[in-house]
Amino acid sequence: MKLKQTPLVAGMLVLTLMLSACAGNAAPTTTETSAAGETAAAPSTEVIAGGLGGASTAASGAATGASPASSPAGGAAQTSAAATTSAAATTAASASPAGAGGAAQTSPAAAASGSAAAIAPADAGEFLRTIRDRGTLICGVNPGLAGFSSVEASGGYVGFDVDFCRAVAAAVFGDPSKVEFRPLEAAARFPALQTREIDVLIRNTTWTLTRDTANGGDFGPVNFYDGQGMMVRQEENISRLEDMGGAQICVQSGTTTELNLADVFRALNVEFTPVVFDTNDATLAAYAEGRCDGYTTDRSGLAAQRLGLPNPDEHVILDVTMSKEPLAPMVLQGDPQWRDIVSWVVYGLITAEEQEITQANVDTFQNSEDPTIRRMLGIEGELGAGLGLDNDFMVDVLKAVGNYGEIYNRHLGPETPLDIPRGQNALYTDGGLLYAPPFR
Amino acid sequence: MSSTELPVSRLKPPGSSVNALDWLRRNLFNGWLNSLITVLLGALVIWLLYQVLGWAFTTAVWTPIPTNLQILMTGRYPSEQVWRVQICLALLLLLFGLSAGVWGGILRSIASGLAAGALLLAIMPFTLQTRLVLAGLVLLVGAGFIVGSRSRHHMRRLTIALWFASPAIMVVLLRGFVGVPGLPYVDTGLWGGLLLTILLAVVGIIASFPLGVLLALGRRSKLPVVKGFCVGYIELIRGVPLITVLFMAMIMLPLFLPANVRVDNLIRVLVAITLFSAAYLAENVRGGLQSIPNGQVEAARALGLNVFQTTLLIVLPQALRAVIPALVGQFISLFKDTSLVAIVGLAELLGIADIVIEQPAWLTVPHGVHREVLLFVGLVYWIFCFSFAQISRHLETRLGVGTR
Repeated sequence: MKLKQTPLVAGMLVLTLMLSACAGNAAPTTTETSAAGETAAAPSTEVIAGGLGGASTAASGAATGASPASSPAGGAAQTSAAATTSAAATTAASASPAGAGGAAQTSPAAAASGSAAAIAPADAGEFLRTIRDRGTLICGVNPGLAGFSSVEASGGYVGFDVDFCRAVAAAVFGDPSKVEFRPLEAAARFPALQTREIDVLIRNTTWTLTRDTANGGDFGPVNFYDGQGMMVRQEENISRLEDMGGAQICVQSGTTTELNLADVFRALNVEFTPVVFDTNDATLAAYAEGRCDGYTTDRSGLAAQRLGLPNPDEHVILDVTMSKEPLAPMVLQGDPQWRDIVSWVVYGLITAEEQEITQANVDTFQNSEDPTIRRMLGIEGELGAGLGLDNDFMVDVLKAVGNYGEIYNRHLGPETPLDIPRGQNALYTDGGLLYAPPFR
Repeated sequence: MSSTELPVSRLKPPGSSVNALDWLRRNLFNGWLNSLITVLLGALVIWLLYQVLGWAFTTAVWTPIPTNLQILMTGRYPSEQVWRVQICLALLLLLFGLSAGVWGGILRSIASGLAAGALLLAIMPFTLQTRLVLAGLVLLVGAGFIVGSRSRHHMRRLTIALWFASPAIMVVLLRGFVGVPGLPYVDTGLWGGLLLTILLAVVGIIASFPLGVLLALGRRSKLPVVKGFCVGYIELIRGVPLITVLFMAMIMLPLFLPANVRVDNLIRVLVAITLFSAAYLAENVRGGLQSIPNGQVEAARALGLNVFQTTLLIVLPQALRAVIPALVGQFISLFKDTSLVAIVGLAELLGIADIVIEQPAWLTVPHGVHREVLLFVGLVYWIFCFSFAQISRHLETRLGVGTR
């Protein structure tokens, strides 16, 4: 019984192999057909990249190619040729998901995306059109990070990052409520962006070179400058990292924090013993119980975590920043207009703080004489139209969430339990790093 | 006096009518070593209890749970629409009450368990409104039971019809319609908490059952293609972790679909869980199928039953009865596995717990509130899994599993 089946199985295997080998050649040729035959009907499919994106174009191209070929001729050779092509293209469609990069390697966006293929936008403006058609902006956020993104008891999202999502929604729709939040774990955030599950990722994501290239993303302006900090016990009289020779330091394992700690101490030539734990909770608990001399994590979390210790006054946060963690909104590479929109909403929020335009007083600026303000609020000029938005988009944004400083104070400022000093996140005029290019 | 007159063979063994002190002496303090161990372990237990209770009643901060009860139960489902979830719950309890009245038996145990649970929750310090709703639910179970048992004959068909219609009614009620004022559309992305956990588990269990049975039968089929497909499917799915299947469904699937085709996230996860669970269920059922002696099939054939009748009437009932413990074990683990969907962005009970822990309000609580919230969530999981196990034990006793 089994012996009889073996040739059949072997034959099917060989057939599958041959078909998949054909697919590699067939895909590019049929794409050309599609470009020629379909440009008028669907110009947007031209530059589709990625696993199935490319393959489905190929399949539809083969289909359109088949109909003119078979109708006038009736010649058996031509029809069969068309049929073969479409069969090959179908195989391409079914084969390419297996090796996601396979069909997409030639396209620039997918080549940049490295491990996972991205469904790149077809042209500038496609994102904005899709979002407007859908009626909501889908924003990827952290499932829970105090101050940046958390869910209230009533079920609504609040936080610093969340307000930037609302600001972008206000810019696109004039209505900050037209945003859908998609909570994303760290591992799922880039795939979600690449597969266009989300339109924009505002999830305390550090801007790095790899993420800008291999992950297929494009970053907007930094909305929060974070950095790694160090907390020690008051009684140990430590004021600089150099004083920590031989110290035991509690750190969460598998994080950039752990790597940075080693880098910084090696550069300073200071000996230390890392005490690592799986979770942030366990790490902090170990420090609280006195198992370590120091505790290190991002400065944005450090202030609040100090307050959560049994006796906050016994601990001090050193005035050092051990790493650069610029957190920025991220969009998918390939649609410059969409990236511009996200960027200029952030710039607008910063400029508004600079010009002291707030949620409450924005209407009083309608009669302002200042040309910068008049341009930004769309009273004169066509700046919004250049982004595909209304000229007064910043008025909607500011009415929705206020300026950068207001967002900051609402979620991270002195009135909140986090109470993170503005530091690098102050305007450049106040000694910080926030600097927006001019609206003109 | 009378017992001495009975023949020796009818005498009962002497009862172990020892008092507590005797029992202690015999079992815990027989010899100095056992006494020492008893004292040491007893001291340890008392110390642990003292620590845990001391923590629970003094240090622990339980406020996050009542404050966030709504999101723990229904996730981000809009507050003003929560009545829709309550109606679904009421419908479910009414159905259990009716069924208990009509059929009695194990259904009566389930219904009384549900009523007792609701009653227990109703005396907890929740808001007056919540407690009134819970009391109403208890009354509904009772009313269903009385109506069901009074007119058993009339209600039987209605109850069966309602059971079959209830999933559709609930989905329509929970989801609503775009543009309908009384029943606005609620995106499935907002469903969460215990609601989502139960939904995932129940749909996963119900949908994977027929699929698993079919796969098990297919694996024993003599048709090579059917058998090959079933073996391939089962071994492929059993070879990967659930989280991989979920990631496939949530992240890889959109890559294979055209950019404008979007399948609802919840449906994707439901399909993934069902497909995953079916493979394991198939192997459990196959174990049952193999335990049926060939004589049963031959006897059925001799009686003139065809293949389908043999399978449906003779083999499957016996096979499924034999594997009830394994099936319940699998359903319990499926219920707990639903917590993995938090990783792909759906906030079920555990996902919401993580969200609650991270609320800024608890930042100033020493050591955070993760212990309290996770304990609560663990308790909820335990109650459900323990109830499952109890129901299955009742079922086994009634069907005589292991005794026949």
